[in-house]
Amino acid sequence: MGNFGLKVNRFYEIFVEQNGYVKVLEGLKNTLLIAVIGLIIGIAIGTLIAAIRTIPQYKVLPRVLNGICSVYVGIFRGTPMVVQLLVFYYVMLPLMGVKMTGVQVSMIVFGLNSAAYISEIMRSGIMSVDSGQMEAGRAVGLSYGTTMMKIVIPQAVKNILPTLGNEFIALIKETSVVSFVGATDLYVAFNYIGSNSYEFMVPYLVMALIYIVLVLIITLGIKTMERSLRRSDRRH
Amino acid sequence: MIDVINLEKHFGDNEVLRGIDVTINKGDIVVVIGPSGSGKSTFLRCLNCMEDPTGGQIIFNGVDIADMKVNINVHRRHMGMVFQHFNLFQNKTVIQNIMLAPVYLQCQDLRKDKRYNRWTKFTNIFRGKNKKELRQITTDAATIKREAKENAMSLLKRIGLEDKADAYPSTLSGGQKQRVAIVRSLAMNPDVILFDEPTSALDPEMVGEVLDLMKALAKEGMTMVIVTHEMGFAKEVATNVIFIDEGKILESGEPKEFFGNPKNPRLKEFLSKVLA
Repeated sequence: MGNFGLKVNRFYEIFVEQNGYVKVLEGLKNTLLIAVIGLIIGIAIGTLIAAIRTIPQYKVLPRVLNGICSVYVGIFRGTPMVVQLLVFYYVMLPLMGVKMTGVQVSMIVFGLNSAAYISEIMRSGIMSVDSGQMEAGRAVGLSYGTTMMKIVIPQAVKNILPTLGNEFIALIKETSVVSFVGATDLYVAFNYIGSNSYEFMVPYLVMALIYIVLVLIITLGIKTMERSLRRSDRRH
Repeated sequence: MIDVINLEKHFGDNEVLRGIDVTINKGDIVVVIGPSGSGKSTFLRCLNCMEDPTGGQIIFNGVDIADMKVNINVHRRHMGMVFQHFNLFQNKTVIQNIMLAPVYLQCQDLRKDKRYNRWTKFTNIFRGKNKKELRQITTDAATIKREAKENAMSLLKRIGLEDKADAYPSTLSGGQKQRVAIVRSLAMNPDVILFDEPTSALDPEMVGEVLDLMKALAKEGMTMVIVTHEMGFAKEVATNVIFIDEGKILESGEPKEFFGNPKNPRLKEFLSKVLA
């Protein structure tokens, strides 16, 4: 294992003495930022889409909106994330004449992409809530939207929280493709250390460890949230 | 108070209601009975447009609420509804269940009035002599909340569940849930309460407590429309009993005459089965 010790030393040298850790911290920050902002955008848009798609479809407007939403979901589920990033960065931005950094683009694309998945998760959550809850809300005079916001969606979120956690974990891991549009994430940072030391074994091992730790922390957070949300299920 | 004129409802080709005419006056207790699939639940659900009627009119306090252009939410505030499966808000505590709608809706009205006043004040600047009057605002959000809470607590005290105020509905028994559901609709001070088989999902020993509460409401003069299979209750409390089969009213009348001397052969057959 003498060889391995050498490799660790080499990694340590670059990581600490040549400021490799700065790059790693930046990568970690970007990875988390892209995943968290992406998730927030995804939940906001996804919930909206889900709410629209669960409106009873006898009028024209809901039908049109539903059509638009299905096209949206179809497009974003039908293409890989990398392709969406590339199209957004190299096609949409020049067409619109807007300048954005890779990180900003990644946040938006991750948000739009996860919105498509979250909308389906949320839709199943909304449909899992007993229709009597909506009826009861409407019967006391609350509007469809208010009942949705106050009664149905909170219960739906409770039901889908584990799946939503999965989505967040998937987002964190998928950030490893943002280097395609020039954003520095964990992968880019460790790749940088690796290429500077001509030695990839240890950097990539550490990278894998960091991802695992991140995911474990998230899993723990979700479990805590689930427990507090499930209060209304139990006697106490 | 409610005039139902030639009410029709079909789901696709399935005609459930074929022309129903009923008049419900203030203080009436109308009990609707009929075999399953007769349309009695649909009739009740049409009364507050939970199912949109496909024909006819429902005149409630002078407004035809069957008209799709009417903002139904405004009128539903004055029509309570109690469901077979209680439908308490699972994510809210008992007291929140009762307070939610009154507080939310009153605060919404308050916001609307304030917005109106701001706009009117602004436009009054340009109006010269004949200025528009502002709406009177006599309350604020905190008062609304406090009063709703006091009201909810007194309602809970009435049904003897004040110690359950902060419990979640999943911890209550069926009878308790249904009684909370009844006071939830009472909290809106409705003009009429619609009961959709309120005791059908209850254990037999819990039926009594719910019926007792309904009887107490009846005594206070609450207008009620009740779909039920509890014939004894109908006999005792109803001012008017309606028999619906195949989407039509086949017979209606005061309970004494209705049960004592039924005329329609279909009703005779139904009663002989149910009362046997």
